[in-house]
Amino acid sequence: MSDRSSAPGRLLTPYLQVAPLAFLMITMVGIPLLTVVLLSFWEFDGIAVYPAFTFDNYAEVLQSPVTLKLFLATLKYALITLVATVIIGFTCSYFLVFYVRDLRIQIALFLLCTIPFWTSNVIRMVSWIPFLGREGLFNSALIELGIIDHPLDILLYSDFAVVLTYIHLFTLFMIVPIFNSMAKINPNLIEAARDAGASPFQILRDIIIPLSKTGIALGSIFVVTLVMGDFFVVRVMSGGQSASVVSAMKNNIDQLYYPVASAMAVLLVIVVLLMVTAILRVVDIRSELAR
Amino acid sequence: MSSSRTKSRSGISRRDLLKRSAALAGAAAGSSIIGAPMVWAQTTKDVTLNWVGPSFSVIADIAAKASADLGFTIVAQTAETTQLMAKVVNQPETVDIADFEYWGLQKVYRAGNLQPVNISKIKQWGDMTPLMRDGKGFDGKDLSRQGTLPFEVLYTESADSKDYATGATGFATVMPSIYNADTLGIRSDLIGREVSSWSELFNPEFKGKTALVNIPSIGIMDAAMALESSGQMKYGDKGNMTKEEIDKTVDALIALKKAGQFRAFWSTFDESVNLMAAGEVVIQSMWSPAVTAVKARGIQCVYQGLKEGYRGWGSGMGLMRHLDGPKLDAAYAFLNWYLTGWQGAFIARQGYYSSVPETAKANLTENERGYWYEGKAAVEDIKDPYGAIMDKAGAKRDGGSFEQRMGNIACWNTVMDEDRYMIQRWNEFISA
Repeated sequence: MSDRSSAPGRLLTPYLQVAPLAFLMITMVGIPLLTVVLLSFWEFDGIAVYPAFTFDNYAEVLQSPVTLKLFLATLKYALITLVATVIIGFTCSYFLVFYVRDLRIQIALFLLCTIPFWTSNVIRMVSWIPFLGREGLFNSALIELGIIDHPLDILLYSDFAVVLTYIHLFTLFMIVPIFNSMAKINPNLIEAARDAGASPFQILRDIIIPLSKTGIALGSIFVVTLVMGDFFVVRVMSGGQSASVVSAMKNNIDQLYYPVASAMAVLLVIVVLLMVTAILRVVDIRSELAR
Repeated sequence: MSSSRTKSRSGISRRDLLKRSAALAGAAAGSSIIGAPMVWAQTTKDVTLNWVGPSFSVIADIAAKASADLGFTIVAQTAETTQLMAKVVNQPETVDIADFEYWGLQKVYRAGNLQPVNISKIKQWGDMTPLMRDGKGFDGKDLSRQGTLPFEVLYTESADSKDYATGATGFATVMPSIYNADTLGIRSDLIGREVSSWSELFNPEFKGKTALVNIPSIGIMDAAMALESSGQMKYGDKGNMTKEEIDKTVDALIALKKAGQFRAFWSTFDESVNLMAAGEVVIQSMWSPAVTAVKARGIQCVYQGLKEGYRGWGSGMGLMRHLDGPKLDAAYAFLNWYLTGWQGAFIARQGYYSSVPETAKANLTENERGYWYEGKAAVEDIKDPYGAIMDKAGAKRDGGSFEQRMGNIACWNTVMDEDRYMIQRWNEFISA
């Protein structure tokens, strides 16, 4: 401590260290966000924005029954996706860490998980369409096998298709952090538990899950924010049949109604922040990471 | 003085001189043929014009041909009308020529970022179809004014005015370019019977096999045409609904959606093509080139003319305010080139009409002219603009001739006064 206060150069060091990130965050996140917040309070006539202070945009957004519906719909997607990705992510990681003994195979299998990510998001999403469609591969196969007479419409352009795509796109964001925290678990701990007579279920419940929760929390933050901010998957995979908060925002942006869209954006930021805060409340990621 | 000294001093070789005078002569000859104002090739040849607009109108092949003919560069940049509106309002400097649909123009002209087209500089203004120029039909009567009749937003009083004039003036907000009569696309092979009314869109027979376009201002018009023809609704003006009319329309749509009438709501051209081609949908809102694209895959798709009439639309070329000097001259040269027929023939092959139909027809073969404009059966295979066969010899264009189709417009693409409310309710429909 005394070392730092004595040398003025040292005093500056931490500030210089955070400067690049701070610069990026301020210019790329801070300023745009501030603009959105300002815009949401301004008046607008369809072409020009007037820097007045008005709550009209919020009144319009909050009074509309659509807003609640949109948020609930988006939250529903987020929660279903979250549950599914946690289950898949956890089981995959569990298998990789505790069943695959050979490190090389472990790494190979882990890389295998990332293969879908070598192509673009859009391609991975769109490739579901010919598979799930009315005359698609899956329906044709089921009809050929005589399992169904009519193609299943629910497979494509439905909530099912949207959630399926989210899970496909975002599971890796869950696997990576969970794998990472599981790999850090000291095998001796599990050995000791087994010696002390713990059942496999007890080991899972009392050791592995608590020690993996940082990974689960980190993955959850990724998945929740990605789903909450999406509009493209919803639009394409629901065939425009469903809307999310952002897709409704886009309808407003397309027609140049920026302040209303801004008010929606601010609401969305608040909701997402609350969700992230809730996750951080449950798991203290900082201390766990420092572990 | 030797000739070599002259050469080094002025930096012009004989070859250069020859080339330049040839270019000048070419420009002069070209201008007399295409009716463009005389432009100095030296000053405009370095000009680059950014021509921005929707993909169905701003086509790279057209820009390439225009650049070759005019000697300066035209860059085609596609942006859907909604994106173009945002560009023109927020980043006007990124656009030189804005290719606007009238409903988009209607919304942003008052931003003041466009300068009006001086009609005296458009040589073929006099040959333009009265549909666009005068708002009159082939019989000389006024066209339907439901929605945004192009004529209503075509003229402005002065170079600085941000309002529309009620009648013709010397200043046009844009130069009319292309237009068409839109209707429903159907998979005639899967439906297997005659479809003659807009009400079929909401016929329970096609439950789960219909789609609407998810551009609120256009989708609601298609819905209104269908609701009106089935007798469920009555509108004062489908193109400018009251709040109550919007409410009733959206409520009816939500009920239909809950009953499972719709398979999808498409937003882009290719989505509509794929829905139709994959058999997901048998009847839906569609654009003419999308029908052409489905047909070019060898799938039976009909752009079905319906008894209640068509939903018309059009677009025009707007000059951005910042254009001046050689750039403005070049822009006018491009606008004049546009009406000389090559472009008109190109877009005719994707089903659109040109604002100067005579020059477009002159650039089509007799077979194409008969098929696209005159409602005659094709004598040879009909090809799309890119050379793929899209209709066989013997086929006729759906809906008939230019006069039959454009003479039967029931309403025009538009932006309503209650637009903001309508979008809010539309979002409710989509999320229902």
